[in-house]
Amino acid sequence: MRIPGAALFSSRYRLLQKRLHPITKEWGLTFYVLRHSKLAVIGGFIALAFIIIALFGSLFAPYDPISANIQDRFQPPSASHPLGTDTMGRDVMSRMLAGAQHSIKAGLIVLAIAVPLGVLLGGIAGLFGGWVDEVIMRITDMFLAFPSLVLAMAFSAALGPSLFNAMIALSIVWWPMYARLVRGQALAVRETSYVEAARSRGASNFHIMFKHILPNCLSPILVTLTLDMGWVITAAASLSFLGFGAQPPIPEWGRMVSDGRIYMLRAWWMSVFPGLGIMFVVLGFNLLGDGIRDSLDPKLRRLTEVTWKREKTSSSSTD
Amino acid sequence: MKLSTYILRRAAMLVPVLLGVLVLIFVIAYVIPADPARAWAGPRARAEQVEALRERYHLDDPLHIQIYTYLKNVILHFDLGVSPTTGRPVRDDLKAFFPATFELALCAFLLAIALGIPLGVISALRRNRAADHFSRVVALTGVSTPLFWLALVLQFLFYFKLGWLPAMGRSTIEITRYTGFMLIDSVLNWNWSAFGDAAIHMILPAATLAFYSMGYLVRITRGSMLEVLEAEYVVTAKAKGLPRRVVIYRHALKNAIIPPLTVLGVEFGWLLGGTVLLEAIFAWPGMGRYAAGSIVMVDLPAVVGYTLIVALIMLLCNLVVDIMYSVIDPRIRVGGKRR
Repeated sequence: MRIPGAALFSSRYRLLQKRLHPITKEWGLTFYVLRHSKLAVIGGFIALAFIIIALFGSLFAPYDPISANIQDRFQPPSASHPLGTDTMGRDVMSRMLAGAQHSIKAGLIVLAIAVPLGVLLGGIAGLFGGWVDEVIMRITDMFLAFPSLVLAMAFSAALGPSLFNAMIALSIVWWPMYARLVRGQALAVRETSYVEAARSRGASNFHIMFKHILPNCLSPILVTLTLDMGWVITAAASLSFLGFGAQPPIPEWGRMVSDGRIYMLRAWWMSVFPGLGIMFVVLGFNLLGDGIRDSLDPKLRRLTEVTWKREKTSSSSTD
Repeated sequence: MKLSTYILRRAAMLVPVLLGVLVLIFVIAYVIPADPARAWAGPRARAEQVEALRERYHLDDPLHIQIYTYLKNVILHFDLGVSPTTGRPVRDDLKAFFPATFELALCAFLLAIALGIPLGVISALRRNRAADHFSRVVALTGVSTPLFWLALVLQFLFYFKLGWLPAMGRSTIEITRYTGFMLIDSVLNWNWSAFGDAAIHMILPAATLAFYSMGYLVRITRGSMLEVLEAEYVVTAKAKGLPRRVVIYRHALKNAIIPPLTVLGVEFGWLLGGTVLLEAIFAWPGMGRYAAGSIVMVDLPAVVGYTLIVALIMLLCNLVVDIMYSVIDPRIRVGGKRR
């Protein structure tokens, strides 16, 4: 049933919604703030370079990353092999270029499974409350009671060691954090007056979930997501290092560190460079994540908004 | 709500979660595609031997019966079953391996706190100056470096190249074991050379393990301190003309310490998990290596025993953190539920 005077009601509601606008309304400002943070730009470039290498790296690889070339084994870094060669004479740089795709694949697949699952469950828990909330959160507690690496090891052992199974295992242990995050946010948003206003207009749970709760969760999710990308890459590499992930001859970086381990004295470059690669990429995602977090900080946004608007008006007047 | 009631209520919540953990791990074990009995018996075992093992470990029972039997043994006899790979009771194995892991994790934990929190505070107080830049770089490298790689590199540098520190294992000096913690036992034995040896073996693994947590703590402490330093009560305290020291310690630090404190519980659990990686590299005779080996061998009783212990420790850590939290900020108790 429509209440008379709904127009008045809905204008008030719009006003409230505008005042508490989530970042979806201001992508331009977010990007502007981000662009003006030196570290975030560096992080962004590292991440971008990594993605490009992952996509096209195997095309640039000067040598075959898989097939052995025994007479060239244990070559130290030199002009022809910038990062040296490994126990089978394979060029470490070519292997790293070809192996980048496995790390990014791991990161993307794990987050693509874990985040929607966690967001959905957390959103449901926060929105409905009561016993639904209780059940979902106790399950979340159960998963969080394990060290994530151990649980992922158990899952990947159960599924059988392969890179794909390691990704599935990591997704299974990764969603609870997002469920917690979104639930907390949902609880806070549920009590706001604009959700109350939406409810009184007869909005469905579905509408509230997708129009109010999710947009408000977007900024913390985005930050966590970027920071987690580095984390998942490390975790996948750790699993491979322990022998649960990528199997030889796949040139996964964690696996390469592990393969070079026993030859550390003879050929340190076999382990050191792939590890440095992981560290660099994770660093890039961390810098980018920090930058995104800062750019979503309301205080900094309001400070920068003035210059942003000024620049925008001046550029549109010159056009 | 009184503090004691709060603690009791929170402690009671542990029971269902632990039960859930047990069910979860049994479900994983149950859906496992590999045949555990065949893995235990070895590749050349005859079918009867495999069958006998299956019989002995009740592998053919339905899931709920398996869980019930396990729980009955744990609660009535504190019996975690017999490991099919080591042939010894899991309880004894864990008892033997637990102190080494716990000692390592605890040392790393203390190291991370001792370095991370002060660095974070200094970083916030000297914002955008050399000290701040330094600790931010340290923090960022800390959270970005893969643990297993750092372990290898440090081992390579400090053992093979410089020869300053041992790279493998714990102290080998024979002393009477009271607690299983080398550092404590050597002091109890009044044997200082053993203490030195134990400490020197501890440096590399503990430093490696602590590195990530330290970086994380620096970041959290710095962020929270910066926020608090801008709060109105700190500005007021400064305006009143209170000495800087008093403002920092009594007004700012007390409030800024809450966020780092809350992550400590999770952090300790993370360190325990990290030992699985580290113990393999440093040949540390602990529970992590035992767990990794058991997982590979599908040694179900050992894996279940290990996960139960670790989950229990993690839950207890979170409980302690919650209690500390509610002592510092009584509103949490009064409100009943934390959001």
